[in-house]
Amino acid sequence: MDPITTGAICVYHDMIETAVEALDGSGIPVAAVSTGFPAGLSPFHLRVAEIEESVKAGAREIDIVISRRHVLTQNWQALYDEMRAFRDACGDAHVKAILATGELGSLRNVARASLICMMAGADFIKTSTGKESVNATLPVSLVMIRAIRDYFDATGVHVGYKPAGGISKAKDAITYLALIKEELGPRWLQPDLFRFGASSLLNDIERQLEHHVTGAYSASYRHPMG
Amino acid sequence: MTVKEIFETMEYGPAPESAAEALTWLSERGGIAGPFINGKWGPLRDDFNSNNPATGEKLAGVTQSTEAEVAAAVKAAAKAQPAWAKDGERRARVLYAIARGLQKNSRLLAVMETLDNGKPIRESRDIDVPLAIRHFYHHAGFAQLMADELPDREALGVCGQIIPWNFPLLMLAWKIAPALAMGNAVVLKPAEYTPLTAMIFAEICDQAGVPKGVVNIVTGDGRVGEMIVASEVDKIAFTGSTAVGREIRKATAGNGKALSLELGGKSPYIVFDDADLDSAVEGLVDAIWFNQGQVCCAGSRLLVQEGIAERFYSKLKARMEKLRVGDPLDKSIDVGAIVDPKQLKSITDMVAGNTEGETFQTSAPEGCFYPPTLITGLHTASTLMQEEIFGPVLVSTTFRTPAEAVQMANDTRYGLAATLWTENINLALGVAPKLVAGIVWINGTNMMDAAAGFGGVRESGFGREGGWEGLAGYTKPKRVAKPIDKIESFTGSGQLSDPIDRTAKLYIGGKQARPDGGYSRVVYGPKGKPLGEVSLANRKDLRNAVEAAHAAKGWPGTTGHLRAQILYYLAENLSVRASEFEVRIKAMTGKSAAAEVQSAISSLFTYAAWADKYDGQVHGVPIRGVALAMKEPVGVIGALCPDDAPLSGLVSTLAPAIAMGNRVILAASEPFPLAATDFIQVLETSDVPAGVVNILTGSHAELAPHMASHMDIDAVWNFSSSPLTEVVEAQSASNVKRTLTAPGPPSTKEMLAAATEVKNVWVPYGE
Repeated sequence: MDPITTGAICVYHDMIETAVEALDGSGIPVAAVSTGFPAGLSPFHLRVAEIEESVKAGAREIDIVISRRHVLTQNWQALYDEMRAFRDACGDAHVKAILATGELGSLRNVARASLICMMAGADFIKTSTGKESVNATLPVSLVMIRAIRDYFDATGVHVGYKPAGGISKAKDAITYLALIKEELGPRWLQPDLFRFGASSLLNDIERQLEHHVTGAYSASYRHPMG
Repeated sequence: MTVKEIFETMEYGPAPESAAEALTWLSERGGIAGPFINGKWGPLRDDFNSNNPATGEKLAGVTQSTEAEVAAAVKAAAKAQPAWAKDGERRARVLYAIARGLQKNSRLLAVMETLDNGKPIRESRDIDVPLAIRHFYHHAGFAQLMADELPDREALGVCGQIIPWNFPLLMLAWKIAPALAMGNAVVLKPAEYTPLTAMIFAEICDQAGVPKGVVNIVTGDGRVGEMIVASEVDKIAFTGSTAVGREIRKATAGNGKALSLELGGKSPYIVFDDADLDSAVEGLVDAIWFNQGQVCCAGSRLLVQEGIAERFYSKLKARMEKLRVGDPLDKSIDVGAIVDPKQLKSITDMVAGNTEGETFQTSAPEGCFYPPTLITGLHTASTLMQEEIFGPVLVSTTFRTPAEAVQMANDTRYGLAATLWTENINLALGVAPKLVAGIVWINGTNMMDAAAGFGGVRESGFGREGGWEGLAGYTKPKRVAKPIDKIESFTGSGQLSDPIDRTAKLYIGGKQARPDGGYSRVVYGPKGKPLGEVSLANRKDLRNAVEAAHAAKGWPGTTGHLRAQILYYLAENLSVRASEFEVRIKAMTGKSAAAEVQSAISSLFTYAAWADKYDGQVHGVPIRGVALAMKEPVGVIGALCPDDAPLSGLVSTLAPAIAMGNRVILAASEPFPLAATDFIQVLETSDVPAGVVNILTGSHAELAPHMASHMDIDAVWNFSSSPLTEVVEAQSASNVKRTLTAPGPPSTKEMLAAATEVKNVWVPYGE
């Protein structure tokens, strides 16, 4: 069996070059957070330019943040146009649309924003930047993956899902896997369609593996951050 | 299986809950479920088996209790009850201790329930047992509050309780908690298939300080149930099939036992085109695949708006494919075993007998399992759309408009629950009152709680379990019922002085009508003087009156304010003619009637006052939402009016009925009918819409059986002095009517309660 790896390494623009070098030959892609992450409030042309720079620097995946005000004012055309522009700027790179669901006010808004971003070409939809006060939750995830299911039923296009922030225990991860399996099916459990954005999750998984092997419960300091 | 393979398939592994502790518990007690009488077990005999339906293996032996044992249980209960009824605060503490005991033993109870019944451990652990615990906590509070809040009510005495196999512990809790809270003692029979959690419960009662004899359990099959019904108990509470409920109604007719029946259902599940379809699909999992569909209130009749039907069915089928059917002790199983091979055969035969529509089934393992099934494209009158299957089988058809959905939902003999899904609150709250059901769930289903009454209308039975409204079923008014002697008509002779025929007519549909049979009789005064002639109504006049009452279909929808105005107007118009009525009544009875006329006027004023004030409640159920306990009219009520009070008896019967929005067919005082026929003129001048009040005169004994067996009458009130209680109660079994036969006079509150049904509308909220 091939060694288990992370799906991608996600960094700010400044670290792309270093990351690309470090991962050379590993097959692990570098992803960059972009478009004025996490607030997405810098001038529009700079946000587009940031994407272009990051792609040029070697990022194969771009995580954009949407303008929350377009959702809160129900300006769906503006949200669509913004997402389209980001999509075009990405070129061949994968694009994940971060909805910042903790700031959208209602599950209805989450569903609508999910759909608009998928229509405008997002390869993935992602809950949050990890910087909002509320990040991935099960209700929000259910709404987003049902939007993905409806979009697939209507178009045949597979859009991926990434819950981010707040998933730090192996048990939570299994709950999410079960949710995806039940609502979307096993195809969406592959790395090209499902990611966790949770830097602290790995440590807990290692603890659980140690417990599985030895039968004794583990401590986090036995698995230092790699 | 390697880790790589697991990652590829992502199949669920087994997640078994251990049966060891439950099996040890049983073997330590000899492996036999039997009677628990006066705080003692036994005698325990291994008369038949209680099997684990998932494996077919014997779990325990069960004792078929004898008549002597049932009698001993009833005697023990009768002896213990008076002391138990004395102190509400003490009862509260004992009920609280039972709740704690259930909580402490919750896993044992859950595992035992799953072993005995076959339901998934996920349900017994997360639904059945927590709801049972909640019931005891909640009713501990009712015991505490009884003295202050229900000062006019007292315990019934000994309650015989017969419960089904689908929720053995939960149904036990629904029966025993309110009975004990109100100061009754009980003799309960668990179902023959599922007696085991009742054994654990009996031990918990013992530990919780329940006095000996207050809780008695007898085990066995339906014959033991019959013994309880025939025994010296004060009430029978039954949950089970409509057929058995009907037999119990007949068996208890006329013997004074209180009765509550929670029977079958074929509850509609309506999905409007603006519903959250994914949620509505999940709702159906809870509606019809919960407990293998063996649920009286299961949303078993799916009605989908036509425009979204195909999309909805395809989502539903995709969801069905994911249901995991199998070992009920596996913690990630969705659908468990059918309770018994007999029930499996019944489900299998019903589905196999259907030749209509399209059947979609997923798969189920070998053994006592049945696959989740959807049958679409049925007609509203198809057998499977009308008959309760009591299995994981959903039947469906489509509708186009909300009005059509309501009509299809209500075209059933049952009326237990209804579910509707729409994101439009106007539509939801508009449709809910129109559904004929005791419970309406909006955007959710099978929500139950101790604070909200559960129970149905029509052939789903009567009485409520849970909430303030449920306490009425375990209490009676504190008053001494006076038996009434039959009042005979006076006889006499001689001609009426007026040569022109002035025979008083019947009042049907707002018109004075000659009797169908064409016969009349002379009414004589106490000294034999002829006073007038009165029509003799027969069954056809009754039929016509029922038709007329149903034609007045706008009345239940009128406002309480309007009904109050009409009742005040009646009172006013009666006041104007008070002296005329006094003379008439005195001529008929020979007694001074001033007080009676004043009492009739006062009654009209009282119920006019109540017409717009007998409010429902908002129950604080533990969800993010509310349960609205709405008081609705019972429907069309037939009443045999008191014989002794020719005017006030009639008026105090019709006033609460029409104040609450019912329509009535009144059989006037048999010996003294002329006050009622004079009252027709008061009705005619007081804006009472045609058909709302219909008045018949003639023989109560002749009308009573037809009234009680009429399928389009919802309730019969019998205040006659003729001995008709038995016939009324027995015949009311036809369509499981509500009957009120209280020897009088009932209080205002009792009359208002009899004139209304509580419908609980559950409204979850939040985005």
